[in-house]
Amino acid sequence: MAELLLELFSEEIPARMQAKAAADLQKLVTEALASNDVFGEAAKAFVTPRRLTLCITGLPVAQADRKEERKGPRVGAPEKALAGFLKSTGLTIEQCEQREDKKGSFYVAVMEKKGQPLPDLIAQIVPKVIRNFPWAKSMRWGNGTLRWVRPLQSILCVFDGEVVPFDVDGIVSGDTSKGHRFLAPESFSVRSFEDYEEKLSAHRVMLDAEDRAQHIWADAQSLAQAQGLELINDQALLKEVSGLIEWPTVFMGKIDDEFMSVPQEVLTSTMRANQKYFALRDPKTGALAPRFIVVSNIDPDDAGAAVINGNERVLRARFSDARFLWDEDKKNRLEDYLPKLEKVVFHAKLGTVAEKTTRISTLAGALAQITGADKALAEQAGALCKADLVSGMVFEFPELQGLMGQYYAKNDGLDVQVADAIAQHYQPQGPSDDVPTGGVALAVSLADKLDTLIGFWSIDEKPTGSKDPYALRRAALGIIRMILEGNLRAPLLDVFAKAGGAVPENENLLSFFGDRLKVHLRDKGTRHDLVDAVFALGGQDDLVLIVKRVEALSSFLDTDDGKNLLAGYKRAINILRAEEKKDGTAYQGTADASLFEDEAERALFAQIEEASREAGTAVGTEDFAAAMSALAKLRAPVDRFFEDVVVNAEDAGVRKNRLLLLSQIRSALGQVANFSKVEG
Amino acid sequence: MATATGQDTSFQNLILTLQRYWADYGCTLLQPYDIEMGAGTFHPATTLRALGPKPWNAAYVQPSRRPTDGRYGTNPNRFQHYYQFQVILKPSPENIQELYLNSLYALGIDPKKHDIRFVEDDWESPTLGAWGLGWEVWCDGMEVSQFTYFQQVGGFDCSPVAGELTYGLERLAMYIQGVDDGYELNFNGKEGDEKVTYGDVFKQNEFEYSHYNFNAANTDILFQHFKDAESECMSLLENDPPLAMPAYDQCIKASHNFNLLDARGVISVTERQAYIGRVRTLAKACCAAWLKTPASGAVSEEGAE
Repeated sequence: MAELLLELFSEEIPARMQAKAAADLQKLVTEALASNDVFGEAAKAFVTPRRLTLCITGLPVAQADRKEERKGPRVGAPEKALAGFLKSTGLTIEQCEQREDKKGSFYVAVMEKKGQPLPDLIAQIVPKVIRNFPWAKSMRWGNGTLRWVRPLQSILCVFDGEVVPFDVDGIVSGDTSKGHRFLAPESFSVRSFEDYEEKLSAHRVMLDAEDRAQHIWADAQSLAQAQGLELINDQALLKEVSGLIEWPTVFMGKIDDEFMSVPQEVLTSTMRANQKYFALRDPKTGALAPRFIVVSNIDPDDAGAAVINGNERVLRARFSDARFLWDEDKKNRLEDYLPKLEKVVFHAKLGTVAEKTTRISTLAGALAQITGADKALAEQAGALCKADLVSGMVFEFPELQGLMGQYYAKNDGLDVQVADAIAQHYQPQGPSDDVPTGGVALAVSLADKLDTLIGFWSIDEKPTGSKDPYALRRAALGIIRMILEGNLRAPLLDVFAKAGGAVPENENLLSFFGDRLKVHLRDKGTRHDLVDAVFALGGQDDLVLIVKRVEALSSFLDTDDGKNLLAGYKRAINILRAEEKKDGTAYQGTADASLFEDEAERALFAQIEEASREAGTAVGTEDFAAAMSALAKLRAPVDRFFEDVVVNAEDAGVRKNRLLLLSQIRSALGQVANFSKVEG
Repeated sequence: MATATGQDTSFQNLILTLQRYWADYGCTLLQPYDIEMGAGTFHPATTLRALGPKPWNAAYVQPSRRPTDGRYGTNPNRFQHYYQFQVILKPSPENIQELYLNSLYALGIDPKKHDIRFVEDDWESPTLGAWGLGWEVWCDGMEVSQFTYFQQVGGFDCSPVAGELTYGLERLAMYIQGVDDGYELNFNGKEGDEKVTYGDVFKQNEFEYSHYNFNAANTDILFQHFKDAESECMSLLENDPPLAMPAYDQCIKASHNFNLLDARGVISVTERQAYIGRVRTLAKACCAAWLKTPASGAVSEEGAE
């Protein structure tokens, strides 16, 4: 059993591409080996900013010998066909086997294929993998035509202690690698993975990204603790930083107190996005601490004095620019930005952001009653919700949209509900994001999303398949969640009309909401057929009611009564459908009590009358659980009816009457849902 | 102004050191192009010379103007006019990263004390129809250079590929001199009465140009200049013979006029794309014309006749 060690050494690989590249390398090489019937015991890929490494252990030294069979012409086929076959297989007619099938006998060439030595196979596979590597973005360099993420400098390929020789665009494989760019740049040769890892470590390279991350996190935490501070958890940043260094050394720097008056989100945004620093907080107050953690790629001999000093200065420059923008922006009132929004296009066919905010304002006002907001505040918040987009700060830090508006609104002395609404109206940004809190914020968030959906529906830009460039599904889901979590009674068709939607599009949009609701409820474990059963009632556009019905239906169907009644219902429906089809008519109405012949009929009839009445009343008060309990009383009489009574009586009048009785079951249950859509 | 090792860290000596270093490497030392432009990349020594098969190694300082970066001389880190030191190496040599790092060492930056990093930063210039992959180079968290392998310019594939190194001179000087305010940079390396600071040279300039860029520039005139440059560019390309280089000058002018109009806030988001597209059309046409000249090396001397 032998080991393959492959290292592709290049100039710095972008951090965000590293993990996928390592996984791709492992997958492509192992799959290529597998397609040649070669399997190792274990494979592991590694990545640093400058190297992609793969180690596969437990490989055979050669591919196993294989028998390959090829079916040839029939015995007695024309001479020419046979000659061609023999030529292509390199066998004589005597060496071929004869086999039989239904149509007679035919020749089979059985060829012994000697397995290739693994180095030969590897030398074929690796260059192909390199040439076809699935980088999201790749480039050429110098005079070459090879594409790699950044210039590929050398290839180390060692199998069973020996170099596997090949050449990719002039880069000749070997057994040497290089150490850390600055700390130990010399090259060294390796014989095995163990040797490689050891030498890398001696040359100040931590091969495993996970090791680097753990190392960074542990050191950062001890630096934080020493100052009585708490490191703010940021796994995404940790992953990115681990991809920027081969040998992490962690330092703590100071932030000048003068910057601590700038909104914390601005400071952390700059630190994170521009500088890749970790932020810290005071565990007592929860406030951002005037410190930062920086991870360096060197182990400086001055204990980091120069690195810390340099980074502090960069941060000072960044923060002074941020403070400049903050101070400048505060000189304006939010409303002063509004004229600038007239120049910002929301969508070529849907006008400017200024026009959109006017619509949001009106709609938020119209929704105020539903969300329990003050109408004037909702209108004001709607009008101002996008003003910060043209502030200096949001121009510089787009991710702070909304949040800066909130700060500026407070600075203007506006009602706190207006300020909060500006910050929250983008929420929820995804299924796990919180919905806005408070009536004003809900009104503005609903208005913004509804306006977007109505707008894109009016220009026929609906999501298709995986394409949803304007995140319309997310907008609809946001509305659904706000309505459900806020228990808002907002019949959608009314709301669409308030948002200015035209009737045919609104119907289509309603069914889009239906689909999103199904997805939303399915994610929470609700059966989609139950949602269908409620939608099939028709005219359902009140999401809160729909969900109430679905929930009642769901718990009812979990009971014995529910399951049996469903079975009875299905039986009734099947008979009805078959007979309706046969007779070419629909049975719908009330049975005639004078035509009953069996006690079971009478009992069912009486119970339907009572259950229907009770269920109807309960539905009227939106007490769907009570409606279900009322209908549950039908279970016994329905069961008895099917046991004792033959629907298709000989007497046509009796038969029709019994069919009408069945239709009454359908109508009674139809008050809460269309049970025919329920599966099972 | 000197480091512990006695090296002169003045702004002008920084330029001299870089010039000496790249001249020793074999670069042709050029002078700034005499038209306003947003970045050293616009210099024809980069844009046009990046195209075609001929090797080309050049270095130069380019004053660069970014009207929207004006801060009226009040921000110590942002200037609407600043200097770039630009190096273009075609084909990009195998050891280009080492060459670059050695230039930092020549400036007195010790890589065992300072954390130098290559951080992904792909470059795209929609106005030039150009893009490349590379990094921004960080020194202790400060971006000191841009490093790009040109893949396309003017919509044409670069083959061979040129490597472009762009040093932000003010930032680099602030870093090396250890000052937080760009206006306090020692420009001439003298002390006392003889000392000239960056602010002495440029502070009034920043104040006045910020006013010009944001408030005073006559937008009717700028719109007219843009149109004039655009039509002049196209007619020079239609001339017999086509005049790629004068035409490209007009393309640079159109681009700068657009930047001024943008700073004046009179170009809407939708129009913005359209204007960028118009400049790109000019850039592409100029690059196409350049590739038909013998100087580009893409056609033979006779073929060009």
